[in-house]
Amino acid sequence: MKKLPHIHKVQELVYELKIRDAAHETVTISPETMMSQVRQILRSKKITAAPVVGDNKLLGIVSVEDYINWVQDGGEDVPVSQRMSRDLVTLFEDEAMVDAIKDFDRYKYYEFPVLSRSSGELIGIVTRFDVIASLLKALDIDYYRKEISQYQRTNFFQETVSESTFLTFNYTVAGGEIGRGGEVASKLKKNLSYLGIHPEVIRRVAIVTYEAEMNLIIYGGGGQVKADLDCQKITVTVSDDGPGIDDVEKVMQPGFSTAPDWIRELGFGAGMGLPNIKNNSEQLSIDSKPGKGTRLKAIILWRCGRDGEPGDESETVAVPGKDGEVADETKESVGGLISDLGAGGDA
Amino acid sequence: MAKYFSVQDLLTTLEAEILLDDGWIRDRICCVCASDLHSDIMAHSRPNSLLLTGLTTPQVIRTAEMAEMAAVCFIHGKMPHKETIELARKNQMPLVISPLSMYDACGRLHAAGLPSRDDIS
Repeated sequence: MKKLPHIHKVQELVYELKIRDAAHETVTISPETMMSQVRQILRSKKITAAPVVGDNKLLGIVSVEDYINWVQDGGEDVPVSQRMSRDLVTLFEDEAMVDAIKDFDRYKYYEFPVLSRSSGELIGIVTRFDVIASLLKALDIDYYRKEISQYQRTNFFQETVSESTFLTFNYTVAGGEIGRGGEVASKLKKNLSYLGIHPEVIRRVAIVTYEAEMNLIIYGGGGQVKADLDCQKITVTVSDDGPGIDDVEKVMQPGFSTAPDWIRELGFGAGMGLPNIKNNSEQLSIDSKPGKGTRLKAIILWRCGRDGEPGDESETVAVPGKDGEVADETKESVGGLISDLGAGGDA
Repeated sequence: MAKYFSVQDLLTTLEAEILLDDGWIRDRICCVCASDLHSDIMAHSRPNSLLLTGLTTPQVIRTAEMAEMAAVCFIHGKMPHKETIELARKNQMPLVISPLSMYDACGRLHAAGLPSRDDIS
């Protein structure tokens, strides 16, 4: 059986909402009203039953069924007090909605009079339709609140007033614990998802972080993972004090790996980690020297405010080229940065 | 036009059984990624794919999470580690087991018309 989250919400609501949230005011009839007038009253108000009230007390209810029975019995004109239903099931206004639902199920009535618990006076009437309508309204309000809250999170960077806003997530990764690899990437992924960032951007950040995190565990002996968000980019910085890298250019080659066999048996160490990081980021720099640790910095572009979409380099930095083509300058500068990797990058 | 597979079609084709699913499995799966290398899964997959793999450690769930796989199918009837199932439960990642080999599983899915990543425009 599939679980439907909105059903759970309804189950909560039937306990949260009170009968008074669904009840509506209704016309009442005095006990002296004649049966011959009932048809016209019910018809003009488009209702199927009306409570009979005298001295502010509910005395009974007169329904279409009572009227039909009266006609069948000869139609002798008498006050409604003689033909109304006296055997009433009523609800108190402060009861939970679930009580009304149970009573509809149990008694098969179409409506119940609703009374004030303190005074016993009639407050209104509640029908099956009222219950459904009030639940739908509550669900709609709940949905609207969620939408607002999502909007506020998604637009965090735009709504925050400052010259520049940064959001930083910091994590520490323990070395050697390969079984915990991916915990940090998973946490970061959930945070970005909470902020309403576009799934495509999140996937790239998650892959970059996960690959770097595994490297940190396998080769770096643990270290720090930091993600800095601003309105244009997500910068993932992963640093360790491990053995460092001899030849950064070499480790960037697809398939190059120094992983021991046991790591390979676990499905890692195929020499695709850094190429994967490079492919999923707009800028990548690695600063490493043997014995001095490694610092990797990857930048993934995005645009805040536009549903957290991926960043489009051409939109902000492109200049018109010959023949109406758009020359993308950023691509070149990114290429330049990557080719600088051997020199230690800009970290 | 991409053809989507229903979960039931996939299970039948792979003679597979559901190991873990609590209403998470999506009814439409776009494509298949078959690999035993974590980095390859992330480099060569599309979101909402079925991952066919012989990897059974918890890391495969992490990898499937990052690459946004729709479900993980263990081949050769391999039962994943207990920790793997626990992590999958936490991350709401559906798990299925097929008795077929990787070769047979891929062959059958391909013959049944499930496109590879590159066939989808």
